[in-house]
Amino acid sequence: MSKVRILVGTRKGAFILTSDGTRKQWDVSGPHFAGWEMYHLKGSPVEPNRIYASQTSGWFGQIIQRSDDGGKTWHQPGTPPGEPTTTPDGMPKGESNKFVYDTSPETGKPLTTHQHYDGTQRPWEFKRVWHLEPSLTDPDTVYAGIEDAALFRSTDGGQTWQELSGLRDVKGSLWQPGAGGMCLHTIVQDPSTPQRIYVAISAAGTFRTDDGGMTWRAINRGLKSKYELPDPDAEVGHCVHRIAMHPTRPNVLFMQKHWDVMRSDDAGESWQEISGNLPTDFGFPIDVHAHEPETVYVVPIKNDSEHFPPDGKLRVYRSRTGGNKWEALTNGLPQRDCYVNVLRDAMAVDSLDPCGIYFGTTGGQVYGSANSGDSWTAIVRDLPAVLSVEVQRLP
Amino acid sequence: MIRVVLPAHLRTLARVDGEVTLDLKGDVTQRSVLDALEARYPMLRGTIRDHGTLKRRAFVRFFACEQDLSHESPDAPLPDAVATGAEPFLIVGAMAGG
Repeated sequence: MSKVRILVGTRKGAFILTSDGTRKQWDVSGPHFAGWEMYHLKGSPVEPNRIYASQTSGWFGQIIQRSDDGGKTWHQPGTPPGEPTTTPDGMPKGESNKFVYDTSPETGKPLTTHQHYDGTQRPWEFKRVWHLEPSLTDPDTVYAGIEDAALFRSTDGGQTWQELSGLRDVKGSLWQPGAGGMCLHTIVQDPSTPQRIYVAISAAGTFRTDDGGMTWRAINRGLKSKYELPDPDAEVGHCVHRIAMHPTRPNVLFMQKHWDVMRSDDAGESWQEISGNLPTDFGFPIDVHAHEPETVYVVPIKNDSEHFPPDGKLRVYRSRTGGNKWEALTNGLPQRDCYVNVLRDAMAVDSLDPCGIYFGTTGGQVYGSANSGDSWTAIVRDLPAVLSVEVQRLP
Repeated sequence: MIRVVLPAHLRTLARVDGEVTLDLKGDVTQRSVLDALEARYPMLRGTIRDHGTLKRRAFVRFFACEQDLSHESPDAPLPDAVATGAEPFLIVGAMAGG
């Protein structure tokens, strides 16, 4: 029988939840990296015991951790425990947390600047890694979405990182940080077209490359940001919160924008709103059922300043029609006095049948459903605020 | 011999308990101490100073001999008591407040 492993990143450490395929009894291990903000952990699809983790601290900055045994032991790539801390030619290792933006080869100066809150232009400055996306085909290749918004790639298992700086050519000078910072938080690889990657950036929008990351273009046509942008149809500047894809239909994308739930049927060339009968179309996560490409999940929250569910009722909304018609999933979720949030990376689906779906809250609960959302149980409560949830199906 | 005290999280990363001792040749400055520390424990690179600029991270402080040396030049000599090992060089996470 298959097993399931959930990787939970929280404000004060990481937790790993494991169960057999029934998904009824769960073992909880952690906190790993206690006291650190664990923005995201994700396993390689081709080598599930290879897990990458983003460990950050306001004091001590960014650390990248890697496990090659499913989370039992960890090391910073490049400095495995017990091995020499320098390379044979004497160069120090420990570059795994070195994210240095590309500079002009002619002048050595920053390639671009972006808008700051006060309207001035600022050079990009590394803050943290929000999201790690392992390659679909190579366990040593992994992408990092970072703040200030940029995409980096490692091809040596996280030891060294290089920016794919062509992304910033897409009107980077017009990007500006939102309230949560100017972060690249979503990386979606097209399984049928390996050179195609989508990324989403808060307060900049969605972008696509068709050549493996060398060149990019904005794909925001159809997004409308009436109250966020002076030009509601601007080419860049939209606050995209997350995008999701079903692997069998890579041209269909679903998006939770700041406001509005959106859909594209042409690989992002154009977008249509599918908010339909949602009680509010503000939210952060969005995900797609593992076996039903037209079944989509969102967690509406009240509005852009009240980041909690309407009426104190925690409800996941499911559409079985690819949007527009939504049903509230409430069985097992608190339906009174609940004022938590579910962050953009804090929802995931497994590939068992029936499909499992999981989400974590800022109140520290991780809820799971082993029946596509029909009913829910709290797998664990009272963790630190949950930043991210990923799930792996194991043999 | 230079004695360096790391904050708990950095001791965990470096896999050390207690003080770290470093042998330095030449001037004993913040820069030479941190260079030696990072050479010995490369997993600490980027956690005390920025990788690119080598500037002290905003919420890291350097104390020694009951003085805050955080705003001193990285090339200024550290107190004799640090250079002789009589007193440790403290790397501290700034108070979070609240």
